Amino acid sequence: MIAVGEQAPDFTLRDQDGEKVSLADYRGRKVLLVFYPGDFSPVCGDQLSIYQEVKPEIEAKGVELVGISVDSFFAHKAFQEKLGIDTRLLSDFEPKGEVARAYDSYVEKMGFANRTLVLVDEDGKVAWTHEADNPGEIPGANLIFDALA
Amino acid sequence: MGDLSSAPIPSVGPEDHVRGEGEEGLIVYADLGCPQCAGAWGRLSERSGRLVFRHFPVKSKRPRSPALHAAAEAAGKQGRFFEMVDSLYADRGRVDDPHLWERAERFGLDLDRFEVDRRAEATQERIKRDFQSGIRAGVAGTPAVFDACTLVAVREREF
Repeated sequence: MIAVGEQAPDFTLRDQDGEKVSLADYRGRKVLLVFYPGDFSPVCGDQLSIYQEVKPEIEAKGVELVGISVDSFFAHKAFQEKLGIDTRLLSDFEPKGEVARAYDSYVEKMGFANRTLVLVDEDGKVAWTHEADNPGEIPGANLIFDALA
Repeated sequence: MGDLSSAPIPSVGPEDHVRGEGEEGLIVYADLGCPQCAGAWGRLSERSGRLVFRHFPVKSKRPRSPALHAAAEAAGKQGRFFEMVDSLYADRGRVDDPHLWERAERFGLDLDRFEVDRRAEATQERIKRDFQSGIRAGVAGTPAVFDACTLVAVREREF
């Protein structure tokens, strides 16, 4: 996993609406990157739903929440609508998992990212990370608030 | 905004909804709109000993859940909390307002009071306190079952 203090690798990906989004767009703001295995998996659905419930509290701490998986942006749109969430979802689709690899979150044998949380600070540096022991485990939202305390 | 950093679940107190007797028992964080919770609730209710219900509605995933939790809380104001919970889990296809009123009448509740209570800010705050205590304990899916302060059961899935 990428180390705290490193410059977070920049990227440009499309969000669920097809809009291009770069990490550099968030310079001057904090952003929490939530790498997750894939749209429509039950655990990913629970994870993003729970984070959605506390999104106002995360944003109140000056942090924007962004999900990233290897799915297409069309799938992201459908997943977002199914869950009833408005969290921005970025498509790490082609080359598949390139951004997840850059953050050392990609699980080669499974073909998707592990559940990895990366907090990037206003200067684009990695401020905090957490990686789940396995893709079946959801990092509780409490861990995010511990990091932001 | 409450503190949502890590903390053990609160010990059982007078505000809790408790079924059964005993000093020890299980505490379940559950969503009244969640089908897996409905299944688990049936099994948990067959156990002997104390069982504590705590609210954990995930409204983005199940938009009707907050209304169901508010209905249960309002029924609890008139001593019928678990009757409402059992009924909502047993008949998950009938959860619109007329169905809630029908249940309230069946349980002998004062319907006007039920309506006021389920919309009261204090009711929303009561539900939110449970939800936030679950978040602080790392609850990330429902049902989540604790024995004392230790999480003992969640749904196990590969990813």
